[in-house]
Amino acid sequence: MSVESEVDPVAVLERRSRHLPGVEGVWVFVIADMTVFGVLFACFMVGRHQDPALFEASRHALNPNFGGVNTLILLTSSLLVVLALDAVRKNRARVASHFLAGAFCCGVAFMVSKAIEYTEKLNANITLLTNDFYMYYFTLTGIHLAHVVAGNVVLFVLWFKARARTFDPDSPTVFECGATYWHMVDLLWIMLFPLLYLLR
Amino acid sequence: MVHLRNPALAVWAALMLATVVSTWWLAKDAFTPTVATVAIVLVAALKIRFVMRYFMELRTAPLPWRLATDAWLLTATGVILGIYLF
Repeated sequence: MSVESEVDPVAVLERRSRHLPGVEGVWVFVIADMTVFGVLFACFMVGRHQDPALFEASRHALNPNFGGVNTLILLTSSLLVVLALDAVRKNRARVASHFLAGAFCCGVAFMVSKAIEYTEKLNANITLLTNDFYMYYFTLTGIHLAHVVAGNVVLFVLWFKARARTFDPDSPTVFECGATYWHMVDLLWIMLFPLLYLLR
Repeated sequence: MVHLRNPALAVWAALMLATVVSTWWLAKDAFTPTVATVAIVLVAALKIRFVMRYFMELRTAPLPWRLATDAWLLTATGVILGIYLF
């Protein structure tokens, strides 16, 4: 019996079909970034544990409709990026650029919504220094917002490159890297939103 | 419309529904605070896993990357619920 005949062809095929989108470096960055947020989540929970009454009272001044709608916006933008990547792989760059434009608009909508929310708080004299809860609220949402802004720049670059048809349909590595980053921004908000707005 | 057959659409619909349920039902006063909070955090963790597997394509990624991301999710969810409950 030859050596090759002992190898399970299904296992070999499965191993070959396993594919990490983008490059490993981006995934290391993404997991490191997620770990930083994980530590911040834990800090918030410890702060909440030390003064639950203050955190509960402060939370009531937040409008969960903003957070909920922002989650729906980011989920939709993530879907549009998935569809755009699928279109790129099918060599339909023009369709991909339309999906990316939609995802970009979702990102802008998130920023506008956040700006309205921050303005409301500042008009009510609620700032970073009001109490521990708002320190976490402004810090965590602020860092996340910076990620959304960076993600929107990435989406713009991808849109530009899709229009210029510079992606290789067989290996759109740069696109995959950008998409991975944007999904991470979505993923972090999915946990950040309930922590700040919904926990009772 | 070939895009309508993309499985990500069904995942997106489920994620949207889970968000609506969490935000505008579970978070209201129909449940005790502990039940509501634990349910909301678990729904969020489930949503994140779906984003990881279907949007970030980790479903078809090599095992070490799936393990690393699942470990993050498990740790984050465990720490959040652990501190909340104890």
